Amino acid sequence: MRWIAQTFAVIALNLRTIPARAGSSSVAVIGIAGVVVVFVSVLSIAAGFGSAMRGSGSANRALVMRTGADSEMTSGLGGTEVDIIKQAPGIRRDGQTVLAAAELYVIIDLQRKGVDNSSSNVPLRGIDPASMRLRDEVSLIAGRMLEFGTNEVIVGRGASLQFVDAEVGGTIKSGRNAWNVVGMFEADGGVAESEVWSDARALQGAYQRGNSYQIVLARLETGASFDEFRDWLTANPQVNVQIRRENEYYAGQSQVMTSLIQTIGYGIAILMGIGAIFGAILTMYTAVASRAREIATLRALGFNAWSVVVSVIGESLALGAIGGAIGGIAAYLAFNGYRASTMNWQTFSQVAFAFRVTPELLLTGLIYSLAMGLLGGLLPAIRAARLPIASALREL
Amino acid sequence: MKYLPLIWKNVWRRKFRTVFTMLVVMVAFLLFGVLMAVRMAFTFGVEVAGVDRLMMLHRVGFLMLLPSSYEQRLQALPGVQLATHQTWFGGIYIDPSNFFAQMVVDPVPFMKAYPEFKVSPEHMKAWLDDRQGALVGVGLMERFNWKIGQRIPINGTFWRPKGSGLTWEFNIAGTYDGEDAVDKTQFFFRYDYFDENRSGGQGLVGWYVVKIDDASKAAEMSAKIDDLFANSSAETKTATEKVFVQGFAKQVGDIGTIMVAIATAVLFNMLLVAASTMTRAVRERTSELAVLKTLGFTGGTILTLILVESLFVVLVGGGIGLGLAWLIVQGCDPTNGMLPIFALPPRDLVLGVGLMIALGLFAGLVPAVGAMRLRITDALRRS
Repeated sequence: MRWIAQTFAVIALNLRTIPARAGSSSVAVIGIAGVVVVFVSVLSIAAGFGSAMRGSGSANRALVMRTGADSEMTSGLGGTEVDIIKQAPGIRRDGQTVLAAAELYVIIDLQRKGVDNSSSNVPLRGIDPASMRLRDEVSLIAGRMLEFGTNEVIVGRGASLQFVDAEVGGTIKSGRNAWNVVGMFEADGGVAESEVWSDARALQGAYQRGNSYQIVLARLETGASFDEFRDWLTANPQVNVQIRRENEYYAGQSQVMTSLIQTIGYGIAILMGIGAIFGAILTMYTAVASRAREIATLRALGFNAWSVVVSVIGESLALGAIGGAIGGIAAYLAFNGYRASTMNWQTFSQVAFAFRVTPELLLTGLIYSLAMGLLGGLLPAIRAARLPIASALREL
Repeated sequence: MKYLPLIWKNVWRRKFRTVFTMLVVMVAFLLFGVLMAVRMAFTFGVEVAGVDRLMMLHRVGFLMLLPSSYEQRLQALPGVQLATHQTWFGGIYIDPSNFFAQMVVDPVPFMKAYPEFKVSPEHMKAWLDDRQGALVGVGLMERFNWKIGQRIPINGTFWRPKGSGLTWEFNIAGTYDGEDAVDKTQFFFRYDYFDENRSGGQGLVGWYVVKIDDASKAAEMSAKIDDLFANSSAETKTATEKVFVQGFAKQVGDIGTIMVAIATAVLFNMLLVAASTMTRAVRERTSELAVLKTLGFTGGTILTLILVESLFVVLVGGGIGLGLAWLIVQGCDPTNGMLPIFALPPRDLVLGVGLMIALGLFAGLVPAVGAMRLRITDALRRS
């Protein structure tokens, strides 16, 4: 018991005297805070991108593509195949309408706002009247719905913000086609917000697609109807298709980019972490050196070596925690909700998303900063415990 | 020269601190090197993009197809040296995570258009002899441990072979190499084989690469080319390869820039911290410097002594760090082939050394000048 009381007394002493050693303590704090800023903010990019992609799909919807296709872009389905797919069991019906939509997906080149001579690959999705009813999360927030059979389009919120002429009332020109923007929609932050939607038949005409589509998106009776729907289609020799749940499809699409960002993020954070640990060692070493006499006095008074070790590590952990907190808060303030866009590697198209500094990220950052503090304090603590009492007392 | 032992003694007066200062500097420059490579990767080799090469794409978007007949019309245009087409294949090798670029090309004009791809005459001959042959970058060969002559199955996603099944098969006929900044992760195979065996889309290609006589007329030529195909069923959009690569990089863009920017800011922070530690190491010795002055050392000599000392610490630490960064960049690619060019350009190495010198001077100068300004008597009293 005495041992614990002693230890707490020394830790309290150390912590109270940190301000007196502000200069050297800041080396450790700034170093660790820097690492946490980088760690949290870089990973918040991956978290934001991942959640935009994952949030785009629902487990209650199934995406039907041609066998072998790795994205909507590389898929292709003929009109007769589409008719067969729409007859599959397991699709929800709303009165007379089957909640399944055959859609086209082409990439068009649009100019970014505010950047000259920039081209961006923007998905132009040809929808059919059921498309809106399939997707509960999509709602118009400005203008009106497009009229089928015309060259009207509606644009996602993200696309509208980013591209020239993509606001309501504008006209998007692409090659020899002109699309009149009549409405803007949101989709709970999902990738659809980066898209432009037109009537599928108008798109078929514009790009000589005949009566072909790329995918069929079906609203399932319930999530559990998926197997029935899939098995019926895969067993049907008239169609040659693969079926995936929509949420799984989008999660797969986000993988390449997310893992790239994470690799770079972790790589840089680990390198920086090593630097910060060295910084913390320097700080704690300086702290121990400047207090050699104090430590020796404590030892002479009967405090044991362990309380000294624990107290040095405690101080170093406290510096780590301060650094971690500063870094986490800074990253949160600077980057949470920051809007950016990048490319979806499977379709080469633009995806707008917002950085997300999640509580898990902040917690991981804090744990990381404590780990750095702990490792930084270890060596100097041992050194402090081994100070020869007599000579240290004599030291100036 | 005769002061070297004195400097040496000063450097090691507190071994522990010196070693850890060097380590901090080392990590900082290791990071600097890696960051520069990441930055370079996100620019997709825009620095080596040919200025005399134009890219002609479908005006609607870069994945729309163009007729292969455009080649002759381009070739006939005055000012055009060479025109050849390429097509994005986008297949899957075993698993989607093995992503790499597969491109359908016409071998002879392709090699003429891209002199930066180095291929031995034997490999070139083998490729021309084998219709199913593929030319593979050395980086890609290494990644999958492929051997020359190996048969590579690739599943088509968009492009399917005739008959049933999805699998295309290619033989590795040869490899190509190139400078650091050249993308060595691509897989090229022959258009004649592809066109004959694809299930649909005969006569359609992805885009054209046009080599022009005079690079300074790029803008003029681009406009001329686009006029040539205006009002046809497939209108075009032509620009230099550089503009195209930049545009592509910009689309991946923001996040690469942001990552590098954040890390750079923190890196500077780290360097400041290192500088402050070194500064403190000199400040501690103010009274000692006064003693040297008393002994007759001039202010200039003392300043030099201190600067050499701090430069030594920074250059040793930073040099090791940058060296390690270079080794890491040579040895591995964290992007797994997604960003094809991962290299540390010599320009950035020079920049790194420049930074080290600046850091060393800054860290030494501030306390040394401060110490020199002090009157000897005041400095001696400060202990």
